Amino acid sequence: MTNTSNIENQSIERYLRRDRLPHIWCAGCGIGPTAGCFLRAIGRDEIDPDKLALVSGIGCTGRVAGYIKLDSFHTTHGRAIPFATGLKLANPELNVVVFSGDGDLVAIGGNHLIHAARRNIDMTVICVNNFNYGMTGGQAAPTSPLEARTTTTRYGNFEPPFNLPYLVSASGASYVARWTALHIRELEKAIAEAMIKPGFSFIEVISPCPVVYGRMNKEPEGLDSMRYYQERSIVRNGADLRDVDIDLNGPIVVGKFVDREYPTLGDNLRQVSIRAKEKAQTKAKGKI
Amino acid sequence: MSGDVACAEGAISAGCRFFAGYPITPATEVAERMSTRLPQVGGVYIQMEDELASMGAVLGASWAGVKAMTATSGPGFSLMMENLGLGVMLETPCVLVDIQRAAPSTGLPTMVGQGDMMQARWGSHGSYEIIALVPSSPQHIFDLTITAFNLSEKYRVPVLIMADEVVGHMSEKVVIPYVAPESLLNRQRPKVRPGKYLPYEVDDGLVPPMAVAGEGYHFHVTGLTHDERGYPVMTAEAQDRLVRRLVDKIRLNRKDIIQYKEVQVEDADIVVCAYGISARIAQFAVKMARDEGIRAGLLQLVTVWPFAEERIRELSSQARAFVVPEINYGQIVREVERCAGGDAMTILVPHMGGGVHSPAVILEAIREAAQ
Repeated sequence: MTNTSNIENQSIERYLRRDRLPHIWCAGCGIGPTAGCFLRAIGRDEIDPDKLALVSGIGCTGRVAGYIKLDSFHTTHGRAIPFATGLKLANPELNVVVFSGDGDLVAIGGNHLIHAARRNIDMTVICVNNFNYGMTGGQAAPTSPLEARTTTTRYGNFEPPFNLPYLVSASGASYVARWTALHIRELEKAIAEAMIKPGFSFIEVISPCPVVYGRMNKEPEGLDSMRYYQERSIVRNGADLRDVDIDLNGPIVVGKFVDREYPTLGDNLRQVSIRAKEKAQTKAKGKI
Repeated sequence: MSGDVACAEGAISAGCRFFAGYPITPATEVAERMSTRLPQVGGVYIQMEDELASMGAVLGASWAGVKAMTATSGPGFSLMMENLGLGVMLETPCVLVDIQRAAPSTGLPTMVGQGDMMQARWGSHGSYEIIALVPSSPQHIFDLTITAFNLSEKYRVPVLIMADEVVGHMSEKVVIPYVAPESLLNRQRPKVRPGKYLPYEVDDGLVPPMAVAGEGYHFHVTGLTHDERGYPVMTAEAQDRLVRRLVDKIRLNRKDIIQYKEVQVEDADIVVCAYGISARIAQFAVKMARDEGIRAGLLQLVTVWPFAEERIRELSSQARAFVVPEINYGQIVREVERCAGGDAMTILVPHMGGGVHSPAVILEAIREAAQ
């Protein structure tokens, strides 16, 4: 036990940009614990940190790339996945991880998310879902539960949210999981698994946002949210994804939902490359 | 071959091995050619879900160490402005081709325009400098695409090729020469080992060496205002330091960047200043004017941004007037007027798009100026 936590701490120390501390996240926020899971996951043997690239968009979670000592890119709002797509296709040896928030990945970047899943590009997306736009002060997001209070839905949110695991799975992802910021062990394992899994992997991390979302929805302390996750989370691996919607104060179904084998975009591109070269050769011979 | 196809071939010759794009008339043929050619030469072609993503993927590919390009037209060019700004801020070498059509909005998708010239300069938010080249024939777009890659690698800035629909779709003879590898420029690589490398530290000049992902440098780059370490710094001082360098690395090197062609300007009273397809028509008008005894000449802008200020200023002391035909209602003419500074008259010959000027219209403006 002591031994394990030493290794874990070493991994955190080694890949954290300590010269950038203190970080900007509020006390009780779930992004830090999620980043901690990621740091511990990359300390495992299977991952070569020199070949690992981290891409974030904009927002609170978008700042993760700035604190982690890897080749890391803080890009434009919503476009972390396209940027990561270019990185991966131009150098297939890279292990590419996108770490961003729900507003970034699902609202402004929603189109890129479903297309990346459809392509089954070999990439891991960690989506910290705190049900609102934290950086700008707590506005409604496409993940805010119906009836949730935010600074732009004072009378209750009037739009239903996305069911992210269902959306991403239907779009074609190879790996889909959801955990909360309380499920540290499971989350670390899921991130490690997703990073070595070929194809598109998506992990939704339900996260406290005590200062804005929490304050307005009866979870004013990070601990309140953690208690809620403890009491209302239901682990259901392989769940029917039609049933994993999140309602205000309702149960949160967590678990590894999808883990399947599909040809990846890289596999398909290799075939195209072989065909193109063969055709070019045949054409060249024809000319002689 | 067509200008669009010549552009793709120029990119292949320049060492471009990544293309991300989205179909749009009249630039689609660039993408089609790249989709056939890139897999043959070990490159990657990908059709993205929109132009926002296309430009994002191009930046990502460049940061993986590969020369990358996209091609679009007006509506897509507007969408690319977002990540063009990121490209400027991260100092990412790449090439963006705009085959201009008549606009605003959807405009005349299959017909010519030159209305994106100011968008090329100012389209993304903030204060920055960009390089934009304007080809006037299929051969020219082939050659300029190679130049564009070289400039983007040298100065670590996105380079725009501001072609127009006529140049993109016209077919002419194109000579594809052997391009010696040593004539192709590549971004400066870090000279220090990982751990010592700062992504935005300049040793000589204003362009920092560039590490790419996967080499163990573990660098960070951000669209936020940043310091030499690549770390965000939220102060006016950091902003001043960064923006000055981003602008100055282009501005102070303009003599190396700016290209133009001149025809009979040595003794010209009237200088026609034109670019793209309009320059070829203008050349014809200049010849007609000379036949009438008017001392006319042509200044063809090849680099439009940064602008050839010094040359216009010099010519304004010699010439009586500048005649500026453009397929828009007056964009580059404003720059000419500014640089002429009242020393020479400036006459706009606008065409709203959907067609090109008749030489007679330009000749008429030359005649008026000569009176």
